[in-house]
Amino acid sequence: MEETNQNSQTFLDFNSDILKPNNENDLQEIIKYCYKKDLPIEIVGAGTKNQIGKKLQCAKILDMSNISGILEYKPEELYITVKAGTPVKTVQDELKKNNQYLAFEPINFSELFKTDSNEGTIGGTLSCNFSGSRRFKVGSARDHILGFKGYNGKGEKIKSGGTVVKNVTGYDLSKLVTGSFGTLLVLSEITLKVLPLQTDTKTIIVSGLALEHSLGIMVSAIASSNDPSGVVFYPANFRNNFVFNDLTHPGSITAIRVEGTKTSTEQRINNLIEDLSLIDKNITVLDSIQSEIFWEDTRNLKVFSKNQKNILRAVIPASETINLISRLKTFHPTYFIDWGGSLVWLELDYLSNQKIDQIRKRVLDIGGYLTVIKSPENLKSSSEIFTIDPIKFRISQGLKKSFDPKRIFNPGKMYTGI
Amino acid sequence: MTTLKMPKVDRKILKDKDQIVKDIYSFTNRKNVLFEREELKPYETDGLTAYKQTPMLVVLPETTQEVSKILSYCNRRKIKVVPRGAGTGLAGSALPLADCILLGLGKFNKILEKDYENRCVVAQPGVTNLAITHAVQDKGFYYAPDPSSQIACSIGGNVAENSGGVHSLKYGTTTNNILGIEIVLMDGTITRVGGKVFDSPGYDLLGLITGSEGLLCVITEVTVKILKKPGTVKAILLGFPTIEDGGNCVTKIISEGIIPSGMEMMDKVLLEATNNFSKAGYPLDAEGMLIVELDGTKSEVNELINKVAEIAKQNKCSSVKISKSDEERLKFWSGRKAAFPACGEMAPDYYCVDGTIPRGKLAKVLKEIRELSKKYKLPVANAFHAGDGNLHPIIMFDANDKKSLEKTEKFGADILKLCVKFGGVLSGEHGIGVEKRELMCEMFNNNDIQQQISIKNSLDPSSLLNPGKVYPILRKCAEEGRLHIHGRDKSKFSDIPRF
Ligand SMILES: Cc1cc2nc3c(=O)[nH]c(=O)nc-3n(C[C@H](O)[C@H](O)[C@H](O)COP(=O)(O)OP(=O)(O)OC[C@H]3O[C@@H](n4cnc5c(N)ncnc54)[C@H](O)[C@@H]3O)c2cc1C
Repeated sequence: MEETNQNSQTFLDFNSDILKPNNENDLQEIIKYCYKKDLPIEIVGAGTKNQIGKKLQCAKILDMSNISGILEYKPEELYITVKAGTPVKTVQDELKKNNQYLAFEPINFSELFKTDSNEGTIGGTLSCNFSGSRRFKVGSARDHILGFKGYNGKGEKIKSGGTVVKNVTGYDLSKLVTGSFGTLLVLSEITLKVLPLQTDTKTIIVSGLALEHSLGIMVSAIASSNDPSGVVFYPANFRNNFVFNDLTHPGSITAIRVEGTKTSTEQRINNLIEDLSLIDKNITVLDSIQSEIFWEDTRNLKVFSKNQKNILRAVIPASETINLISRLKTFHPTYFIDWGGSLVWLELDYLSNQKIDQIRKRVLDIGGYLTVIKSPENLKSSSEIFTIDPIKFRISQGLKKSFDPKRIFNPGKMYTGI
Repeated sequence: MTTLKMPKVDRKILKDKDQIVKDIYSFTNRKNVLFEREELKPYETDGLTAYKQTPMLVVLPETTQEVSKILSYCNRRKIKVVPRGAGTGLAGSALPLADCILLGLGKFNKILEKDYENRCVVAQPGVTNLAITHAVQDKGFYYAPDPSSQIACSIGGNVAENSGGVHSLKYGTTTNNILGIEIVLMDGTITRVGGKVFDSPGYDLLGLITGSEGLLCVITEVTVKILKKPGTVKAILLGFPTIEDGGNCVTKIISEGIIPSGMEMMDKVLLEATNNFSKAGYPLDAEGMLIVELDGTKSEVNELINKVAEIAKQNKCSSVKISKSDEERLKFWSGRKAAFPACGEMAPDYYCVDGTIPRGKLAKVLKEIRELSKKYKLPVANAFHAGDGNLHPIIMFDANDKKSLEKTEKFGADILKLCVKFGGVLSGEHGIGVEKRELMCEMFNNNDIQQQISIKNSLDPSSLLNPGKVYPILRKCAEEGRLHIHGRDKSKFSDIPRF
């Protein structure tokens, strides 16, 4: 009983493998306990993304799902503060009531990992920093976090940032903890920037373009003042086993999304058709509802959901997309291209450490980086999931130590030794 | 100026100056090493001219390799280094130390690559902010963050301060607009963070370094995102009988789901000052004025600007003027952009405060600032990036009058404390530097600050890179005891609680 905080509402059974704090007091007690006893803990929100990363061997699981709830929502100030374990869906539903949303489009990985169908918690979403098709226009999760509170590896409560967008007050730790896969601290409270929902969305679908032609169009579309918010390419092979909306034209799909007021989207669609000389191509324009379905499928990697295969994610300069695709031909991947050419999702039947290394090298050679999203369990401890070089490894080790000196948070999830 | 505590001067280093100069000669061209009094003079202050300190030496390296050699040498010899871009910073972040090498990045002044396919520009850190836009504007592109100092400030300085501008509301600040950097750590290690891709893998070092005020590394190359110029840009001038009405209008515009590219407010004092100065045609009967700028496609801009006018009318605006041409739009901005020189006409000196508040608190905060102005008997003009809550009160004073200067500092500190009290922060875009470092305790507690300091320690264990900036040094625990403050001299903001 000595370890139990007197103020705590709950009795904390430290012998249990799963520690589930009901409030911040519990949370702090747990971390202090694990720090004292040198117990590594795996931090889990809703568990929707916990298959991403290296295999963990932790004494305890820290289940954050009860640290949940909206603390403050100020639509007119464009921010919302929530507890870290709050489901993304809860936040999205609340925002919708005020015609607002999280512009970075949290990804729902449940189709891929066959977990419960949801986007998980806000804490998990921030820790992984994956963002949908709007990335090149509005930024990723890291561009939408304004501040946080959390506990470092000694159980000390720390905060950074605030609720305002303009803020240069000490290091921007909000960015640092975003995408750190729970290896630096346990987030308890997060303030996010929210934006007004766009009143209208339209998507031009061009069917049957060859990859090279499509990429030319994608790059021109993004580099135009028509301000698209999603540009994606699906090769023709997907058409055999996946139904995109009710599209009938066969062949590859090149899709360009515009959002804004109705007059604006109409004008921009017309501009794009003219500027990109699409008039004689097979084009279909999707309205708001159809667009929503199309982009939700894209963001959630729906085309990969049927097969239980391996998934890799390559982020590259858009100028190198064709080069990469041709250099990966020997591996026979199934792929599609998001972010106007800068993001290539790869699906492979068979994966080995050697294969991962070879693909990673090709991605690195062209100035990109590779992340293994889904791989066989037996590879998860031996293969490199994230990309890193020796200098950055040393820097990251130092940062890890400054937050979590005994390496109790998700140790080894990103890199062995961190 | 009121005395400012800085890290203890290392006399041994000063004594070794001649030898240090000789050593540095082996790393860079002799002409890049300045040590004569008159050569050092231009570097003794940055944009916060109230503080002056001559550095021991100024070194102006020309390559990343040279930077690496110099830093590695300084790390071994325990010599402090202060990086400097164009020296326009307003928080004293580039203020030299008496025993430091001031590392000027001015010779890193080339644009290395314009890559339209990946929509980015690779530039050396000494290139000015505006030069980047100039380099790509013939192809219709621009670099979005536009600090008022953009003609002079360097892109490296922008990264170090996470600078913003009037268009940050829609396009974000520096941190949202850069893709990669090349850096040199204090031990001389050279590495690249990010590149021409989004979201570099691993920890977001780019996010950590942006806004770190030269404390973590020296930036030797920057890759910035460029955007296509919007098809149509229009601005609307709105006069209001009270600041409250103007503030309500701002809130309403945002609540209606409109995110203008810029939304600036000026109070009556500034309206009069700038209008006299630049004849911008501002409504002089108004107590407050808004400039709202919208960009996008023609139809969208027209639709939204009319909507803004409509919202303004519902919020009691007293005058509405929509720009009919680009010239007229630029004329609207001319007054706002002349805010500093216009205040310069009204008093011998001015002091620009920078803090952020939740935008809904504008009227309340301005009211309190007016009361403080009466209390300190110092006039203040208010410019405000209303869209994102970034406040810039400009206090007018006379630096020759020591009392007036002290009062100004106190007034500024009180305004910043107000910002924090109303849920805002100490700096929106100018950084903390030496100016606000003791105020950090208003926002952060010991744990918060120790966490930040231990990050600094992990990259610069001897605390040699730009020490004495950002973190309060009057606290015993600061910099983990490495800075030795002697005596308990009267400090700046001495009434602020410490811990
Ligand atoms: C009239 C005027 C108007 C201004 N308007 C704005 C505005 O609208 N918005 C805004 O955000 N700011 C504004 N500023 C402030 C200032 O221009 C910015 O902070 C700018 O980014 C500083 O750039 P600099 O090159 O002058 O940097 P400096 O002042 O030389 O240095 C600033 C900081 O950056 C560090 N640093 C500089 N270069 C490097 C490098 N290569 N590597 C590592 N560290 C480095 C320095 O050590 C220092 O800590 C204004 C200033 C003036 C004088």
